[in-house]
Amino acid sequence: MGALARLLQQPDARFVLLALLKIVAILFGLLTVVSYLIYLERKIAGHIQARPGPNRVGPLGLLQPAADVLKLFFKEEFVPAEANKVVFHIAPMLAVIPALISFSVVPMGPAITVTDVNVGLLVFLSMSSLGVYAITLGGWSSNNKYALLGGLRSSAQMVSYELAMGMSTIGPLLLAGSLSLVGIVNAQRAIPFVVHQPLAFLIFMITALAETNRAPFDLPEAESELVAGFHTEYSSMKWGFFFLGEYANIIVISAIAVTLFLGGWSGPWLPESLGFVWFFAKLGVLLFVFMWVRWTFPRFRYDQLMAFGWKVLLPLALANILATSALLFFIPAPGWRQAWAMFAGSAALFALAVALSPRLVPSRVDLLARREAA
Amino acid sequence: MTVALFAVFATVLVASSLMVVLHRHPVTCALFLVLAFCSLAALYLVLQAQFVALVQILVYAGAIMVLFLFVLMYLNLKRDLEEGLHHQVRRVIGWGMGGLLLVEGVLLFRPEWAVGPLGRETPQAVHAAGNTEMVGRLLYSRYLFPFELTSLVLLVAMVGAVVIGKGRRRRGDEEAA
Repeated sequence: MGALARLLQQPDARFVLLALLKIVAILFGLLTVVSYLIYLERKIAGHIQARPGPNRVGPLGLLQPAADVLKLFFKEEFVPAEANKVVFHIAPMLAVIPALISFSVVPMGPAITVTDVNVGLLVFLSMSSLGVYAITLGGWSSNNKYALLGGLRSSAQMVSYELAMGMSTIGPLLLAGSLSLVGIVNAQRAIPFVVHQPLAFLIFMITALAETNRAPFDLPEAESELVAGFHTEYSSMKWGFFFLGEYANIIVISAIAVTLFLGGWSGPWLPESLGFVWFFAKLGVLLFVFMWVRWTFPRFRYDQLMAFGWKVLLPLALANILATSALLFFIPAPGWRQAWAMFAGSAALFALAVALSPRLVPSRVDLLARREAA
Repeated sequence: MTVALFAVFATVLVASSLMVVLHRHPVTCALFLVLAFCSLAALYLVLQAQFVALVQILVYAGAIMVLFLFVLMYLNLKRDLEEGLHHQVRRVIGWGMGGLLLVEGVLLFRPEWAVGPLGRETPQAVHAAGNTEMVGRLLYSRYLFPFELTSLVLLVAMVGAVVIGKGRRRRGDEEAA
Protein backbone atom coordinates (compact mmCIF):
# COMPACT_ATOMS: atom_id res chain seq x y z
CA MET A 1 0.00 0.00 0.00
CA GLY A 2 2.88 2.34 0.88
CA ALA A 3 4.52 1.74 -2.48
CA LEU A 4 1.27 2.62 -4.26
CA ALA A 5 0.93 5.87 -2.27
CA ARG A 6 4.52 6.78 -3.14
CA LEU A 7 3.84 6.03 -6.80
CA LEU A 8 0.82 8.32 -6.74
CA GLN A 9 2.98 11.18 -5.47
CA GLN A 10 4.67 11.32 -8.87
CA PRO A 11 2.91 13.66 -11.32
CA ASP A 12 3.58 11.30 -14.27
CA ALA A 13 1.94 8.35 -12.52
CA ARG A 14 -1.01 10.41 -11.33
CA PHE A 15 -1.58 11.73 -14.85
CA VAL A 16 -1.54 8.22 -16.33
CA LEU A 17 -3.91 6.88 -13.64
CA LEU A 18 -6.39 9.74 -14.06
CA ALA A 19 -6.35 9.37 -17.85
CA LEU A 20 -6.91 5.62 -17.54
CA LEU A 21 -9.88 6.13 -15.22
CA LYS A 22 -11.46 8.63 -17.63
CA ILE A 23 -10.84 6.31 -20.57
CA VAL A 24 -12.47 3.35 -18.80
CA ALA A 25 -15.50 5.45 -17.78
CA ILE A 26 -16.02 6.77 -21.30
CA LEU A 27 -15.43 3.36 -22.87
CA PHE A 28 -18.12 1.70 -20.75
CA GLY A 29 -20.48 4.62 -21.25
CA LEU A 30 -19.97 4.50 -24.99
CA LEU A 31 -20.50 0.72 -25.21
CA THR A 32 -23.76 0.97 -23.26
CA VAL A 33 -24.98 3.84 -25.41
CA VAL A 34 -24.09 1.89 -28.56
CA SER A 35 -26.11 -1.16 -27.53
CA TYR A 36 -29.14 0.98 -26.74
CA LEU A 37 -28.64 2.98 -29.92
CA ILE A 38 -29.20 -0.26 -31.84
CA TYR A 39 -32.38 -0.86 -29.84
CA LEU A 40 -33.47 2.72 -30.61
CA GLU A 41 -32.70 2.27 -34.29
CA ARG A 42 -34.90 -0.82 -34.44
CA LYS A 43 -37.70 0.90 -32.52
CA ILE A 44 -37.57 3.96 -34.80
CA ALA A 45 -37.43 1.76 -37.89
CA GLY A 46 -40.47 -0.08 -36.57
CA HIS A 47 -42.33 3.15 -35.96
CA ILE A 48 -41.54 4.52 -39.43
CA GLN A 49 -42.62 1.26 -41.06
CA ALA A 50 -45.79 1.02 -38.89
CA ARG A 51 -44.76 -2.08 -36.90
CA PRO A 52 -43.90 -2.51 -33.19
CA GLY A 53 -40.15 -3.26 -33.41
CA PRO A 54 -38.44 -5.39 -30.70
CA ASN A 55 -40.94 -5.95 -27.85
CA ARG A 56 -40.41 -9.52 -26.54
CA VAL A 57 -37.28 -9.47 -24.35
CA GLY A 58 -38.07 -7.61 -21.14
CA PRO A 59 -40.55 -4.75 -20.76
CA LEU A 60 -40.91 -2.88 -24.09
CA GLY A 61 -38.07 -5.07 -25.39
CA LEU A 62 -35.56 -3.14 -23.28
CA LEU A 63 -33.39 -6.22 -22.65
CA GLN A 64 -33.05 -6.89 -26.38
CA PRO A 65 -29.48 -5.42 -26.59
CA ALA A 66 -28.25 -7.80 -23.87
CA ALA A 67 -29.82 -10.75 -25.67
CA ASP A 68 -28.26 -9.64 -28.97
CA VAL A 69 -24.77 -9.38 -27.51
CA LEU A 70 -25.07 -12.81 -25.86
CA LYS A 71 -26.21 -14.30 -29.15
CA LEU A 72 -23.26 -12.74 -30.97
CA PHE A 73 -20.79 -14.20 -28.47
CA PHE A 74 -22.16 -17.73 -28.84
CA LYS A 75 -22.35 -17.80 -32.63
CA GLU A 76 -19.86 -19.82 -34.64
CA GLU A 77 -16.66 -18.05 -35.62
CA PHE A 78 -16.12 -18.68 -39.29
CA VAL A 79 -12.97 -17.87 -41.25
CA PRO A 80 -13.28 -18.52 -44.98
CA ALA A 81 -10.73 -20.78 -46.69
CA GLU A 82 -7.98 -18.90 -48.51
CA ALA A 83 -8.74 -15.75 -46.54
CA ASN A 84 -5.78 -13.68 -45.44
CA LYS A 85 -6.07 -14.78 -41.79
CA VAL A 86 -4.10 -12.01 -40.07
CA VAL A 87 -5.72 -9.14 -41.95
CA PHE A 88 -9.11 -10.82 -41.54
CA HIS A 89 -8.68 -10.62 -37.76
CA ILE A 90 -7.21 -7.10 -37.70
CA ALA A 91 -9.93 -5.45 -39.79
CA PRO A 92 -12.76 -5.56 -37.18
CA MET A 93 -10.44 -4.09 -34.55
CA LEU A 94 -9.55 -1.26 -36.92
CA ALA A 95 -13.28 -0.53 -37.21
CA VAL A 96 -13.63 0.19 -33.49
CA ILE A 97 -10.31 1.66 -32.32
CA PRO A 98 -10.23 4.92 -34.36
CA ALA A 99 -13.76 5.82 -33.25
CA LEU A 100 -12.84 5.26 -29.59
CA ILE A 101 -9.64 7.32 -29.96
CA SER A 102 -11.45 10.29 -31.44
CA PHE A 103 -13.93 10.21 -28.56
CA SER A 104 -11.06 11.16 -26.24
CA VAL A 105 -11.03 14.76 -27.53
CA VAL A 106 -14.80 15.39 -27.47
CA PRO A 107 -15.67 17.94 -24.76
CA MET A 108 -18.91 16.80 -23.12
CA GLY A 109 -19.03 19.54 -20.50
CA PRO A 110 -16.85 22.40 -19.26
CA ALA A 111 -14.55 19.97 -17.46
CA ILE A 112 -15.75 16.63 -18.85
CA THR A 113 -13.26 15.60 -21.48
CA VAL A 114 -10.47 13.03 -21.48
CA THR A 115 -7.96 15.48 -22.90
CA ASP A 116 -8.09 18.91 -24.50
CA VAL A 117 -5.24 18.78 -27.00
CA ASN A 118 -4.66 21.92 -29.04
CA VAL A 119 -5.23 19.99 -32.29
CA GLY A 120 -8.44 18.22 -31.23
CA LEU A 121 -10.22 18.64 -34.53
CA LEU A 122 -7.28 17.14 -36.41
CA VAL A 123 -7.41 14.10 -34.13
CA PHE A 124 -11.00 13.55 -35.20
CA LEU A 125 -10.27 14.09 -38.91
CA SER A 126 -7.22 11.81 -38.96
CA MET A 127 -8.99 9.05 -37.03
CA SER A 128 -12.01 9.17 -39.32
CA SER A 129 -9.63 8.92 -42.28
CA LEU A 130 -8.16 5.74 -40.75
CA GLY A 131 -11.65 4.23 -40.50
CA VAL A 132 -11.53 3.38 -44.20
CA TYR A 133 -8.95 0.66 -43.58
CA ALA A 134 -11.35 -1.50 -41.59
CA ILE A 135 -13.84 -1.77 -44.43
CA THR A 136 -11.30 -1.96 -47.24
CA LEU A 137 -9.20 -4.63 -45.54
CA GLY A 138 -12.22 -6.56 -44.30
CA GLY A 139 -13.53 -6.70 -47.85
CA TRP A 140 -10.18 -7.65 -49.37
CA SER A 141 -9.09 -10.30 -46.86
CA SER A 142 -12.39 -12.22 -47.07
CA ASN A 143 -11.43 -13.60 -50.48
CA ASN A 144 -14.96 -13.01 -51.71
CA LYS A 145 -15.97 -11.06 -54.82
CA TYR A 146 -18.92 -9.27 -53.21
CA ALA A 147 -16.87 -8.33 -50.15
CA LEU A 148 -14.05 -7.00 -52.36
CA LEU A 149 -16.47 -4.90 -54.40
CA GLY A 150 -17.98 -3.52 -51.19
CA GLY A 151 -14.52 -2.68 -49.84
CA LEU A 152 -13.45 -0.93 -53.05
CA ARG A 153 -16.68 1.05 -53.21
CA SER A 154 -16.24 2.13 -49.63
CA SER A 155 -12.65 3.30 -50.04
CA ALA A 156 -13.62 5.37 -53.09
CA GLN A 157 -16.65 6.81 -51.31
CA MET A 158 -14.94 7.62 -48.02
CA VAL A 159 -11.89 9.22 -49.64
CA SER A 160 -14.15 11.41 -51.79
CA TYR A 161 -16.44 12.56 -48.99
CA GLU A 162 -13.64 13.04 -46.47
CA LEU A 163 -12.40 16.00 -48.53
CA ALA A 164 -15.74 17.81 -48.42
CA MET A 165 -16.04 17.02 -44.70
CA GLY A 166 -12.61 18.46 -43.90
CA MET A 167 -13.38 21.56 -45.97
CA SER A 168 -16.74 22.10 -44.24
CA THR A 169 -15.03 22.21 -40.81
CA ILE A 170 -12.81 25.11 -41.91
CA GLY A 171 -15.66 27.67 -41.62
CA PRO A 172 -16.10 27.17 -37.84
CA LEU A 173 -12.30 26.95 -37.50
CA LEU A 174 -11.88 30.39 -39.10
CA LEU A 175 -14.52 31.82 -36.77
CA ALA A 176 -13.06 30.27 -33.61
CA GLY A 177 -9.42 30.71 -34.54
CA SER A 178 -8.50 27.49 -32.74
CA LEU A 179 -8.15 23.78 -33.47
CA SER A 180 -8.92 22.86 -29.88
CA LEU A 181 -12.49 21.62 -29.48
CA VAL A 182 -12.82 23.31 -26.07
CA GLY A 183 -11.70 26.56 -27.70
CA ILE A 184 -14.28 26.12 -30.46
CA VAL A 185 -17.07 25.61 -27.91
CA ASN A 186 -15.91 28.66 -25.92
CA ALA A 187 -16.12 30.78 -29.08
CA GLN A 188 -19.82 29.85 -29.45
CA ARG A 189 -21.02 31.09 -26.04
CA ALA A 190 -23.14 33.89 -27.52
CA ILE A 191 -24.16 32.51 -30.94
CA PRO A 192 -23.70 28.91 -32.11
CA PHE A 193 -21.87 28.62 -35.42
CA VAL A 194 -24.85 27.01 -37.15
CA VAL A 195 -26.20 30.57 -37.53
CA HIS A 196 -23.00 31.69 -39.26
CA GLN A 197 -22.46 28.46 -41.18
CA PRO A 198 -25.76 26.73 -42.04
CA LEU A 199 -24.33 25.54 -45.34
CA ALA A 200 -21.19 24.07 -43.75
CA PHE A 201 -23.42 22.30 -41.20
CA LEU A 202 -25.52 20.79 -43.99
CA ILE A 203 -22.41 19.64 -45.87
CA PHE A 204 -20.94 18.21 -42.67
CA MET A 205 -24.10 16.22 -41.91
CA ILE A 206 -24.35 14.85 -45.47
CA THR A 207 -20.70 13.81 -45.51
CA ALA A 208 -21.15 12.34 -42.03
CA LEU A 209 -23.82 10.01 -43.43
CA ALA A 210 -21.41 9.03 -46.21
CA GLU A 211 -18.45 8.53 -43.85
CA THR A 212 -20.44 6.21 -41.60
CA ASN A 213 -21.77 4.29 -44.63
CA ARG A 214 -25.38 4.85 -43.62
CA ALA A 215 -28.30 5.00 -46.02
CA PRO A 216 -28.68 6.78 -48.41
CA PHE A 217 -24.90 6.31 -48.76
CA ASP A 218 -24.74 2.61 -47.80
CA LEU A 219 -23.37 1.43 -51.14
CA PRO A 220 -20.50 -0.56 -49.56
CA GLU A 221 -23.08 -2.95 -48.10
CA ALA A 222 -25.93 -2.55 -50.60
CA GLU A 223 -27.89 -5.75 -49.86
CA SER A 224 -29.67 -5.93 -53.18
CA GLU A 225 -26.40 -5.78 -55.14
CA LEU A 226 -23.60 -7.09 -52.92
CA VAL A 227 -25.22 -9.58 -50.46
CA ALA A 228 -23.85 -7.69 -47.43
CA GLY A 229 -20.82 -6.00 -48.96
CA PHE A 230 -17.55 -5.91 -47.05
CA HIS A 231 -18.78 -7.95 -44.07
CA THR A 232 -20.37 -10.80 -46.05
CA GLU A 233 -17.91 -13.37 -44.66
CA TYR A 234 -17.85 -12.10 -41.08
CA SER A 235 -19.76 -13.79 -38.29
CA SER A 236 -20.05 -13.83 -34.51
CA MET A 237 -18.31 -11.10 -32.51
CA LYS A 238 -16.08 -10.05 -35.42
CA TRP A 239 -19.23 -9.02 -37.26
CA GLY A 240 -20.34 -7.43 -33.99
CA PHE A 241 -17.19 -5.31 -33.98
CA PHE A 242 -18.04 -3.86 -37.39
CA PHE A 243 -21.49 -3.04 -36.05
CA LEU A 244 -20.00 -1.53 -32.88
CA GLY A 245 -17.59 0.53 -34.98
CA GLU A 246 -20.39 1.85 -37.18
CA TYR A 247 -22.47 3.02 -34.22
CA ALA A 248 -19.47 4.39 -32.30
CA ASN A 249 -18.61 6.38 -35.43
CA ILE A 250 -22.14 7.76 -35.62
CA ILE A 251 -21.91 8.93 -32.00
CA VAL A 252 -18.48 10.50 -32.53
CA ILE A 253 -19.46 12.32 -35.71
CA SER A 254 -22.67 13.61 -34.11
CA ALA A 255 -20.70 14.76 -31.07
CA ILE A 256 -18.25 16.62 -33.33
CA ALA A 257 -21.17 18.20 -35.22
CA VAL A 258 -22.64 19.36 -31.89
CA THR A 259 -19.25 20.77 -30.88
CA LEU A 260 -18.48 22.52 -34.16
CA PHE A 261 -21.88 23.92 -35.08
CA LEU A 262 -24.41 23.69 -32.25
CA GLY A 263 -22.39 25.23 -29.44
CA GLY A 264 -21.37 22.05 -27.57
CA TRP A 265 -22.26 22.24 -23.90
CA SER A 266 -23.29 25.91 -23.95
CA GLY A 267 -27.00 26.78 -23.83
CA PRO A 268 -29.46 29.03 -22.04
CA TRP A 269 -31.19 28.54 -18.62
CA LEU A 270 -28.84 25.92 -17.16
CA PRO A 271 -25.74 26.82 -15.08
CA GLU A 272 -22.34 26.11 -16.61
CA SER A 273 -21.75 23.03 -14.44
CA LEU A 274 -24.85 21.33 -15.91
CA GLY A 275 -23.62 22.00 -19.47
CA PHE A 276 -23.41 18.28 -20.20
CA VAL A 277 -27.25 18.16 -20.21
CA TRP A 278 -27.30 20.49 -23.21
CA PHE A 279 -24.53 18.49 -24.89
CA PHE A 280 -26.38 15.20 -24.57
CA ALA A 281 -29.73 16.76 -25.56
CA LYS A 282 -28.22 18.11 -28.79
CA LEU A 283 -26.41 14.82 -29.39
CA GLY A 284 -29.68 12.92 -28.99
CA VAL A 285 -31.41 15.09 -31.59
CA LEU A 286 -28.63 14.52 -34.13
CA LEU A 287 -28.61 10.75 -33.46
CA PHE A 288 -32.33 10.67 -34.13
CA VAL A 289 -31.77 12.56 -37.41
CA PHE A 290 -29.28 9.86 -38.46
CA MET A 291 -31.88 7.11 -37.95
CA TRP A 292 -34.71 9.15 -39.41
CA VAL A 293 -32.71 9.72 -42.62
CA ARG A 294 -31.77 6.06 -42.89
CA TRP A 295 -35.36 4.82 -42.84
CA THR A 296 -36.69 7.61 -45.08
CA PHE A 297 -34.46 7.97 -48.14
CA PRO A 298 -33.66 5.40 -50.84
CA ARG A 299 -30.04 4.60 -51.76
CA PHE A 300 -28.03 6.68 -54.24
CA ARG A 301 -26.84 5.24 -57.52
CA TYR A 302 -23.06 4.91 -57.63
CA ASP A 303 -22.37 7.51 -60.34
CA GLN A 304 -24.73 9.94 -58.59
CA LEU A 305 -22.83 9.43 -55.35
CA MET A 306 -19.48 10.27 -56.95
CA ALA A 307 -20.84 13.20 -58.99
CA PHE A 308 -22.59 14.62 -55.93
CA GLY A 309 -19.45 14.41 -53.79
CA TRP A 310 -16.96 15.81 -56.28
CA LYS A 311 -19.06 18.22 -58.36
CA VAL A 312 -21.49 19.60 -55.76
CA LEU A 313 -20.30 19.17 -52.16
CA LEU A 314 -16.57 19.83 -52.62
CA PRO A 315 -16.90 23.04 -54.72
CA LEU A 316 -19.65 24.23 -52.40
CA ALA A 317 -17.45 23.69 -49.34
CA LEU A 318 -14.58 25.54 -51.05
CA ALA A 319 -16.88 28.45 -52.00
CA ASN A 320 -18.06 28.53 -48.40
CA ILE A 321 -14.47 28.90 -47.16
CA LEU A 322 -13.93 31.77 -49.60
CA ALA A 323 -17.17 33.55 -48.59
CA THR A 324 -16.48 33.06 -44.86
CA SER A 325 -12.93 34.41 -45.10
CA ALA A 326 -14.09 37.43 -47.13
CA LEU A 327 -16.88 38.26 -44.68
CA LEU A 328 -14.55 37.72 -41.74
CA PHE A 329 -12.15 40.22 -43.33
CA PHE A 330 -14.83 42.91 -43.72
CA ILE A 331 -16.72 42.28 -40.43
CA PRO A 332 -14.03 41.04 -38.01
CA ALA A 333 -16.00 41.76 -34.81
CA PRO A 334 -18.00 38.72 -33.61
CA GLY A 335 -21.71 39.39 -33.03
CA TRP A 336 -25.11 39.21 -34.65
CA ARG A 337 -24.12 41.52 -37.54
CA GLN A 338 -21.36 39.11 -38.55
CA ALA A 339 -23.63 36.12 -38.01
CA TRP A 340 -26.45 37.40 -40.24
CA ALA A 341 -24.02 38.51 -42.97
CA MET A 342 -22.56 35.00 -43.07
CA PHE A 343 -26.01 33.44 -42.97
CA ALA A 344 -26.97 35.49 -46.02
CA GLY A 345 -23.77 34.42 -47.79
CA SER A 346 -24.49 30.74 -47.06
CA ALA A 347 -28.08 31.10 -48.26
CA ALA A 348 -26.90 32.63 -51.56
CA LEU A 349 -24.42 29.79 -52.11
CA PHE A 350 -27.10 27.22 -51.28
CA ALA A 351 -29.49 28.76 -53.83
CA LEU A 352 -26.72 28.65 -56.45
CA ALA A 353 -26.03 24.99 -55.67
CA VAL A 354 -29.72 24.06 -55.92
CA ALA A 355 -29.92 25.82 -59.28
CA LEU A 356 -26.81 24.14 -60.71
CA SER A 357 -26.84 20.64 -59.22
CA PRO A 358 -29.42 19.06 -61.61
CA ARG A 359 -26.91 19.67 -64.43
CA LEU A 360 -24.02 18.19 -62.46
CA VAL A 361 -25.72 15.10 -61.02
CA PRO A 362 -27.70 13.50 -63.86
CA SER A 363 -30.93 11.72 -63.02
CA ARG A 364 -32.01 8.46 -64.63
CA VAL A 365 -34.30 10.35 -67.05
CA ASP A 366 -31.39 12.54 -68.16
CA LEU A 367 -29.14 9.52 -68.71
CA LEU A 368 -31.77 7.72 -70.82
CA ALA A 369 -32.37 10.87 -72.89
CA ARG A 370 -28.63 11.24 -73.47
CA ARG A 371 -28.31 7.61 -74.53
CA GLU A 372 -31.15 7.96 -77.00
CA ALA A 373 -29.65 11.10 -78.48
CA ALA A 374 -26.29 9.35 -78.98
CA MET B 1 8.94 8.15 -19.85
CA THR B 2 9.66 10.17 -23.00
CA VAL B 3 12.80 8.16 -23.70
CA ALA B 4 10.94 4.87 -23.22
CA LEU B 5 8.16 5.97 -25.59
CA PHE B 6 10.76 7.11 -28.12
CA ALA B 7 12.54 3.75 -27.95
CA VAL B 8 9.30 1.80 -28.44
CA PHE B 9 8.07 3.81 -31.42
CA ALA B 10 11.52 4.03 -33.00
CA THR B 11 11.82 0.23 -32.83
CA VAL B 12 8.39 -0.21 -34.40
CA LEU B 13 9.28 2.33 -37.08
CA VAL B 14 12.54 0.61 -38.04
CA ALA B 15 11.05 -2.88 -37.93
CA SER B 16 8.00 -1.99 -40.01
CA SER B 17 10.10 -0.03 -42.52
CA LEU B 18 12.29 -3.11 -42.98
CA MET B 19 9.19 -5.25 -43.46
CA VAL B 20 7.96 -2.87 -46.19
CA VAL B 21 11.09 -3.70 -48.19
CA LEU B 22 11.51 -7.36 -47.24
CA HIS B 23 7.98 -8.77 -47.29
CA ARG B 24 6.90 -10.36 -50.55
CA HIS B 25 3.17 -9.69 -50.48
CA PRO B 26 2.39 -6.20 -51.87
CA VAL B 27 -0.70 -5.58 -49.69
CA THR B 28 1.18 -6.61 -46.53
CA CYS B 29 4.02 -4.25 -47.52
CA ALA B 30 1.51 -1.41 -47.89
CA LEU B 31 0.05 -2.18 -44.45
CA PHE B 32 3.49 -2.14 -42.86
CA LEU B 33 4.07 1.23 -44.52
CA VAL B 34 0.89 2.49 -42.81
CA LEU B 35 2.25 1.22 -39.49
CA ALA B 36 5.55 2.99 -40.21
CA PHE B 37 3.71 6.26 -40.87
CA CYS B 38 1.73 5.91 -37.65
CA SER B 39 4.82 5.26 -35.53
CA LEU B 40 6.54 8.21 -37.22
CA ALA B 41 3.55 10.33 -36.19
CA ALA B 42 3.94 9.02 -32.63
CA LEU B 43 7.61 10.11 -32.70
CA TYR B 44 6.52 13.61 -33.74
CA LEU B 45 4.10 13.59 -30.81
CA VAL B 46 6.92 12.67 -28.43
CA LEU B 47 8.79 15.70 -29.83
CA GLN B 48 5.75 17.92 -29.00
CA ALA B 49 4.97 18.55 -32.69
CA GLN B 50 1.25 17.75 -32.52
CA PHE B 51 0.25 19.45 -35.76
CA VAL B 52 2.85 17.69 -37.89
CA ALA B 53 2.03 14.36 -36.21
CA LEU B 54 -1.67 14.49 -36.99
CA VAL B 55 -1.18 15.84 -40.50
CA GLN B 56 1.21 12.94 -41.06
CA ILE B 57 -1.58 10.48 -40.19
CA LEU B 58 -4.27 12.46 -42.03
CA VAL B 59 -2.35 12.88 -45.29
CA TYR B 60 -0.06 9.86 -45.55
CA ALA B 61 -1.83 7.09 -43.64
CA GLY B 62 -5.38 8.32 -44.22
CA ALA B 63 -5.31 9.50 -47.82
CA ILE B 64 -2.25 8.48 -49.83
CA MET B 65 -1.92 4.92 -48.53
CA VAL B 66 -5.66 4.33 -48.97
CA LEU B 67 -5.25 5.15 -52.67
CA PHE B 68 -2.16 2.92 -52.87
CA LEU B 69 -4.08 0.06 -51.29
CA PHE B 70 -7.00 0.73 -53.62
CA VAL B 71 -4.75 0.28 -56.66
CA LEU B 72 -3.02 -2.80 -55.20
CA MET B 73 -6.34 -4.47 -54.51
CA TYR B 74 -7.71 -3.48 -57.88
CA LEU B 75 -4.80 -5.14 -59.62
CA ASN B 76 -5.06 -8.06 -57.16
CA LEU B 77 -1.31 -8.69 -57.17
CA LYS B 78 -0.15 -12.03 -55.86
CA ARG B 79 3.10 -12.77 -54.07
CA ASP B 80 6.23 -11.52 -55.74
CA LEU B 81 7.42 -14.70 -57.49
CA GLU B 82 10.32 -13.35 -59.50
CA GLU B 83 13.34 -15.68 -59.42
CA GLY B 84 16.53 -16.27 -61.38
CA LEU B 85 20.04 -14.88 -61.69
CA HIS B 86 18.94 -11.36 -62.61
CA HIS B 87 16.86 -11.15 -59.46
CA GLN B 88 19.70 -12.50 -57.30
CA VAL B 89 22.14 -9.91 -58.65
CA ARG B 90 19.67 -7.13 -57.97
CA ARG B 91 19.14 -8.37 -54.44
CA VAL B 92 22.88 -8.42 -53.69
CA ILE B 93 23.31 -4.90 -55.10
CA GLY B 94 20.35 -3.70 -53.02
CA TRP B 95 21.77 -5.08 -49.77
CA GLY B 96 25.20 -3.62 -50.64
CA MET B 97 23.81 -0.15 -51.29
CA GLY B 98 21.70 -0.30 -48.11
CA GLY B 99 24.72 -1.29 -46.01
CA LEU B 100 26.78 1.49 -47.58
CA LEU B 101 24.08 4.06 -46.74
CA LEU B 102 23.90 2.79 -43.16
CA VAL B 103 27.68 3.08 -42.68
CA GLU B 104 27.63 6.54 -44.24
CA GLY B 105 24.83 7.67 -41.92
CA VAL B 106 26.60 6.38 -38.82
CA LEU B 107 29.84 8.14 -39.82
CA LEU B 108 28.03 11.40 -40.56
CA PHE B 109 26.02 11.55 -37.38
CA ARG B 110 28.62 10.22 -34.92
CA PRO B 111 30.03 13.63 -33.88
CA GLU B 112 26.60 14.83 -32.66
CA TRP B 113 24.86 11.54 -32.08
CA ALA B 114 22.12 12.59 -29.67
CA VAL B 115 20.84 16.09 -30.38
CA GLY B 116 21.02 18.16 -33.55
CA PRO B 117 21.60 21.92 -33.60
CA LEU B 118 18.84 23.95 -31.97
CA GLY B 119 16.50 25.69 -34.42
CA ARG B 120 15.73 29.40 -34.35
CA GLU B 121 12.38 28.74 -32.63
CA THR B 122 12.91 27.84 -28.99
CA PRO B 123 10.52 25.35 -27.36
CA GLN B 124 9.30 28.13 -25.04
CA ALA B 125 8.37 30.39 -27.97
CA VAL B 126 6.56 27.54 -29.74
CA HIS B 127 4.64 26.70 -26.58
CA ALA B 128 3.64 30.33 -26.01
CA ALA B 129 2.37 30.92 -29.56
CA GLY B 130 0.85 27.45 -29.99
CA ASN B 131 2.22 24.70 -32.20
CA THR B 132 -0.21 25.09 -35.09
CA GLU B 133 0.03 28.89 -35.09
CA MET B 134 3.83 28.69 -35.22
CA VAL B 135 3.82 26.26 -38.18
CA GLY B 136 1.32 28.48 -40.01
CA ARG B 137 3.28 31.65 -39.39
CA LEU B 138 6.53 30.09 -40.59
CA LEU B 139 4.90 28.62 -43.69
CA TYR B 140 3.55 32.01 -44.69
CA SER B 141 6.69 34.01 -43.87
CA ARG B 142 10.11 32.39 -44.03
CA TYR B 143 9.07 29.38 -46.12
CA LEU B 144 6.51 31.17 -48.31
CA PHE B 145 8.38 30.62 -51.58
CA PRO B 146 8.93 26.84 -51.24
CA PHE B 147 5.37 26.51 -49.95
CA GLU B 148 3.87 28.26 -52.99
CA LEU B 149 6.23 26.37 -55.29
CA THR B 150 4.97 23.05 -53.86
CA SER B 151 1.37 24.05 -54.46
CA LEU B 152 2.24 24.91 -58.06
CA VAL B 153 3.90 21.51 -58.57
CA LEU B 154 0.81 19.79 -57.18
CA LEU B 155 -1.46 21.86 -59.44
CA VAL B 156 0.59 20.89 -62.51
CA ALA B 157 0.42 17.22 -61.50
CA MET B 158 -3.35 17.48 -61.06
CA VAL B 159 -3.84 19.14 -64.46
CA GLY B 160 -1.65 16.44 -65.99
CA ALA B 161 -3.74 13.68 -64.44
CA VAL B 162 -6.96 15.27 -65.72
CA VAL B 163 -5.53 15.67 -69.23
CA ILE B 164 -4.38 12.05 -69.36
CA GLY B 165 -7.74 10.79 -68.05
CA LYS B 166 -9.75 12.92 -70.47
CA GLY B 167 -7.62 12.07 -73.51
CA ARG B 168 -8.01 8.34 -73.03
CA ARG B 169 -11.77 8.53 -72.66
CA ARG B 170 -12.20 10.61 -75.84
CA ARG B 171 -10.26 8.06 -77.89
CA GLY B 172 -12.44 5.32 -76.42
CA ASP B 173 -15.59 7.19 -77.46
CA GLU B 174 -14.36 7.51 -81.02
CA GLU B 175 -13.66 3.79 -81.22
CA ALA B 176 -17.16 3.05 -79.95
CA ALA B 177 -18.66 5.38 -82.54
